Amino acid sequence: MLKDEDRIFTNLYGMHDRSLAGAKARGQWDGTADIIKKGRDWVVEQVKESGLRGRGGAGFPTGMKWSFMPKESDGRPAYLVVNADESEPGTCKDREIMRHEPHTLIEGCLIASFAMNAHACYIYIRGEYIREREALQAAIDAAYEDGLLGANAAGSGWDFDLFLVHGAGAYICGEETALLESLEGKKGMPRMKPPFPAGAGLYGCPTTVNNVESIAVVPTILRRGSDWFSSMGRANNAGTKIFAVSGHVNNPCVVEEEMSISFEELIDRHCGGIRGGWDNLKAVIPGGSSVPLLPGSIMKDGIMDFDWLKENRSGLGTAAVIVMDQSTDIIKAIWRLSKFYKHESCGQCTPCREGAGWMMRVMDRLVTGEAAPEEIDMLLDVTKQVEGHTICALGDAAAWPIQGLIRHFRDEIEDRIKHKRGAPIAAE
Amino acid sequence: MLRRLHHDQPESFAFTPANLEWAMAQITKYPEGRQASAVIPLLWRAQEQEGWISRKAIEYIAEMLGMADIRVLEVATFYFMFQLHPVGSIAHVQVCGTTSCMICGAEDLMAVCKERIAQNQFEISDDGKFTWEEVECLGACANAPMAMIGKDYYEDLTQERFAEILDEMAAGKVPTPGPQQGRFASEPAGGLTSLQVDDDKRQPHNASIDLAKSIGDTVKRIDGTEVPLLKPWRPAGAAGKQPAIERGDNLTRTPDSGQTPGPQPAEHTAPDATGTTKQEAPVDQKGRPAEGAPAAAASATSRAGETGAASDLPDEDTRQPEGLDKPRDGKGDDLTRIKGIGPKLAEQLNGRGIYHFDQIAGWNEAELAWVDRNIEGFKGRAVRDDWVGQARGLNSDGETDT
Repeated sequence: MLKDEDRIFTNLYGMHDRSLAGAKARGQWDGTADIIKKGRDWVVEQVKESGLRGRGGAGFPTGMKWSFMPKESDGRPAYLVVNADESEPGTCKDREIMRHEPHTLIEGCLIASFAMNAHACYIYIRGEYIREREALQAAIDAAYEDGLLGANAAGSGWDFDLFLVHGAGAYICGEETALLESLEGKKGMPRMKPPFPAGAGLYGCPTTVNNVESIAVVPTILRRGSDWFSSMGRANNAGTKIFAVSGHVNNPCVVEEEMSISFEELIDRHCGGIRGGWDNLKAVIPGGSSVPLLPGSIMKDGIMDFDWLKENRSGLGTAAVIVMDQSTDIIKAIWRLSKFYKHESCGQCTPCREGAGWMMRVMDRLVTGEAAPEEIDMLLDVTKQVEGHTICALGDAAAWPIQGLIRHFRDEIEDRIKHKRGAPIAAE
Repeated sequence: MLRRLHHDQPESFAFTPANLEWAMAQITKYPEGRQASAVIPLLWRAQEQEGWISRKAIEYIAEMLGMADIRVLEVATFYFMFQLHPVGSIAHVQVCGTTSCMICGAEDLMAVCKERIAQNQFEISDDGKFTWEEVECLGACANAPMAMIGKDYYEDLTQERFAEILDEMAAGKVPTPGPQQGRFASEPAGGLTSLQVDDDKRQPHNASIDLAKSIGDTVKRIDGTEVPLLKPWRPAGAAGKQPAIERGDNLTRTPDSGQTPGPQPAEHTAPDATGTTKQEAPVDQKGRPAEGAPAAAASATSRAGETGAASDLPDEDTRQPEGLDKPRDGKGDDLTRIKGIGPKLAEQLNGRGIYHFDQIAGWNEAELAWVDRNIEGFKGRAVRDDWVGQARGLNSDGETDT
């Protein structure tokens, strides 16, 4: 188990002093200017060496992402945009950082912006996080007051402004290019790539979009060294990670743990075990709604990191673990996700706009059992046609949970259809 | 989901002075010419002030930001947090219904809403105090099931506690938000497993509850005086200030077009290794009108306008077109190449001194109308078949487009 002194987020629950003074007492903002004086290349190199992979879901190496930014400005400013549009069902980790550990994020913004030659950074927080926005804004105000932001931020010689802006309830704005569109005051519809944001992002300028947690862990990594960070977790899955466990565990919670912790340890140590005991475990969605679920039999021996979950045809995603016990109607649980994706499809690409609704309507009937058995394969076929045929990954995300359900719980769907005597209805 | 403006709109909208000042400050967060970026925060403040977004509010904000009304309407309808219809006078209750909450009992909470507020979502309760809605994941999954009432999250709810909260609110009170079963925030309910804290140093509340209690605006309509306005960033967005770029790319904005340019790679400089320099592929689009002023002869619209007008002219305004005594160079054009003119008609036209395409092409409305009405046995053909337009085409390239 991760020791308290190895935790990056030492006030995750907000029980300790949350003010700037409290944050400084816990070691934040310590030697920020010295870190910056070591230079851009050093920072990017350290982040690369630490093995930090993006915490927003895709797990792309953060240092490498930063290195895509132009080294020299061609006259256009560069921007760092922090993706705080935390809307993936099951995910509630960035919320705790923003309301209880805002200074990790603010300091990270300064250092990351410096590393990317950006004098301005926008944090885009989801509209529903109103108190989190207020808490983060209060922390930003305090940092300005203390000279940690603004001209010559933290005495580093780097001029830096940090702006907090918010959305208004669109899941799609968590997709990086949709977020940029939204930030420009438009509908959040993803852009085609290329050009990638590092070439032409916010306002047509070089931009990097990073998740809150990816940015917030950077100051501690630089202070304690990339070796320290990469010493935790299995190879290629370095560091610590905030897990958000919800659903049928005795004590659902958000907790920072070492990457590659076993699922069993995570649940037993922090969540008080599965409700009704381990035999009662039915299925787990290990990384937020977009990744396929895994049945309890596989997850019992699970390792919570990018690679193990990928090998088992799921994903770590945002490390939002949704646990379901035997009382769960698993088909309905996945149906609810289909409803979510139908609601949140931005409507730009036809396969997703039409497909998400279509998949939900078939799922409707699978829940009640009023479907024909061959519709299961038809549904699977449609998910394959949506997957990979859209501008952004929302189409994939809508398809994967259903694929996971059919892969692991096909017999349950078939049983339900068998026991329901109803005339089959053609798909709409 | 269909989202339309409400049928019954208020007469006007204006920000309160404090809200206006707040709004102006938001605009300074963005580089010059990028004020459209502030549209979501401004719409949101309008909703906080009024409870919902009216057409007037949309127009007011469009005006403030120099945007076309439709661009603001587009944003207001795209983002689900914007209420386009009036909501309950006390609060709009948003119950999270996505999987984590659903498997922890969100459906029971919605049953309370149906019984206590209204059978349907967005329907105002009989006492006018509440509306409710099932929303997608609110991002407090470790505290499921939960609901957002006004500005605050009420977490770890039970059916009974949720009904109590609604009752207290109906009575004008604001129950303490946050976890409702004794938890501090999102730590394990069974006791801390990490980050132990001494009881005497422990904060009284988590950050969200703290703010809710100190500002006291959980269900208040915001007028901008609740918190002091701070704008610590450097003036006029110094950081975001963009140097004048001479490459003529998207960074220059025409101030009064009401349009915010999209991200466009510069015309001559590839932004990345793909070498993409223009977003528009150089495809010859057939359906697209030629750029520039339409040429009089080729323009479909001007033709339609002309012939339409000709058929409406009163008889006394029509005029016989001037004819020639004999065809130029002794030989007339083959008028039957015009669709609708057969040998018989061509003969009649020749009889009136019409021999050439350019003569027909030159008819004005009055002349066309005269021919249309005075050629025996074929009334109406000249206008209907657009002889003038056809003749113009033949005149210039010798072919009709059949």
